[in-house]
Amino acid sequence: MNADSRSGVAFVMLGLMSLGACVLMGVLGAFKYLYPEALSGFEFHQLRPIHVSLAVAWIFLGAIGGIYHYLPKFRGLSLAWPTAMQLHFWIFVATGLAILGAYLMGNFGGREYWAYPPTLSTPIFATWIMFGINILFTMKKEKGPWPVYYWMWMTGIIFFLITFTEAHLYLIPFFNENVIRETTIQWKSYGALVGSWNMLVYGTAMFVMERISDNKKLAHSNEAFLLYILSFIALMVGWSHHVYAVPSAAWIRMLGYAVSMAELAILADIIWKWRKSLTPDQKHTHRQSYRFIFAADIWVFLNLILAILISIPAFNLFSHGTHITVAHAMGTTIGINTMILMGSVFLIVEELRGPAFSGWSKTCASQGFWVTNLSLVVFLGALMIAGSMEAFTEWEDFYEQSEAVVPFLLAFSISGIGLLGGLWMVVVSALNMLKPVDPNEEVATAE
Amino acid sequence: MTDAQPWRRVLFIALFVSFFFYSANVYTAGTALRNGPVASEDAQRGQILFRENNCWACHQIYGLGGYMGPDLTNVVINPDLGVDYARLFIEEGTDRMPKFDFDKQQVDDLIAYLEYAGAAGNYNPKKGKVTWYGTVEYER
Repeated sequence: MNADSRSGVAFVMLGLMSLGACVLMGVLGAFKYLYPEALSGFEFHQLRPIHVSLAVAWIFLGAIGGIYHYLPKFRGLSLAWPTAMQLHFWIFVATGLAILGAYLMGNFGGREYWAYPPTLSTPIFATWIMFGINILFTMKKEKGPWPVYYWMWMTGIIFFLITFTEAHLYLIPFFNENVIRETTIQWKSYGALVGSWNMLVYGTAMFVMERISDNKKLAHSNEAFLLYILSFIALMVGWSHHVYAVPSAAWIRMLGYAVSMAELAILADIIWKWRKSLTPDQKHTHRQSYRFIFAADIWVFLNLILAILISIPAFNLFSHGTHITVAHAMGTTIGINTMILMGSVFLIVEELRGPAFSGWSKTCASQGFWVTNLSLVVFLGALMIAGSMEAFTEWEDFYEQSEAVVPFLLAFSISGIGLLGGLWMVVVSALNMLKPVDPNEEVATAE
Repeated sequence: MTDAQPWRRVLFIALFVSFFFYSANVYTAGTALRNGPVASEDAQRGQILFRENNCWACHQIYGLGGYMGPDLTNVVINPDLGVDYARLFIEEGTDRMPKFDFDKQQVDDLIAYLEYAGAAGNYNPKKGKVTWYGTVEYER
């Protein structure tokens, strides 16, 4: 393995560690939510941002590591600026540790995904500039038209920079002096942020599917580009269903409704193509990677139904601000993004280690896959029931509502332990297979 | 990279440019303040305190934030709750909310922020009226 692709693996390994820590913090946060007197010394308002930041770190590191790895390893393009990649990694580690330290000391100052003191955003922004330049000039070496995943990755990087800037506009008086503007733009930036990481993740999914099926036309088809364009439009306006009840201009809300309803037509097409795409060969080649992508397909279907439902203003009226919204966020983050990124991780494992990916590591990954997915069913089901009770019952006050949903949030928390166990099994297996190998050990050579 | 299908590049540029026009509209006319004043200095200090103590982890303003505590948009301007009610929670905390030991000025600033947020509009989504085609009309 050359130095370029090894560094890509280092990003992936750091991402896997972030995921492991993220789920642990999520479980602690869930129990702190239910039993505030427990875990003295830690407050919920500290645990939540740690959990969220680690989840965001996992998604970005998993996708970024894959891109850094795939371009030199599988596309034969040496990185344009290898030093920047090394710098990117170490700045990410240093900034990540500074952010965790700030949270543990109760030092906040930012908003939602970026709740840390805003000065720490500067190095993050700088690393994304370096990443964007590095990847653009590397992909420009490609002979022939770009496959769709190059477009998706580049769009994801550009829009991350835009949306990250947008998420910090609250620091400027023109925005923070108007609560409607500030709130709407926060929702807009988070929606576009999710859209930008979806671009990176969906691009990764397209790459993995192309690699598994060995169908080079897949990523050049007009349908693939239609998916890209729809993801682009969703990135731009898909956030609007979160602001139906915010007194902003009506066209902002109506646009979100129209785009979400257009997804119904695409949904039918996705299901049809998905059923047709299942071939016996695919089921047996790259088995571990394939099964994660397969699971993502099912979660895409379930989450899309929920996303469309909450985009209907008449439903959103009841569901907004309830645990149904949490189910929407968790379902997409774990069910879609994590499954796709795990598909990417195990593609790397299977291509790098070949027959050496066997024994306890393989069993651990396989069992972890099932524990994760079965726990996720209970996890999301409990959230949906709690959210539905909050949405469709007339409560005397917030306290009464909170007490009524406790049994379901307990089920959610216990299934969270299942998720923790399942994901840790997968993470440990992947880390074991991705660690640098003994030069004397037999390693599969890919291309 | 050869340009075998230039329409893809054109489409990307068209979407990219439209994003900026659309964002400019959201930043200005789309979010113009229709009710209430702009944030006073007290309210701005309160807003910063709200961020620095990560109140967003548990509370929402206009539905944005965490769900451990209630939405605070209209809590201070609600005649059934009001300033004294909010002040009590901020000063004393609850079994689910830490006691933050804010001084009097800081409590006043937080109240000013909540007054300013509440004055900008009503946030009670469940009071909206559903139309026959699935949208909702809210009382602003």
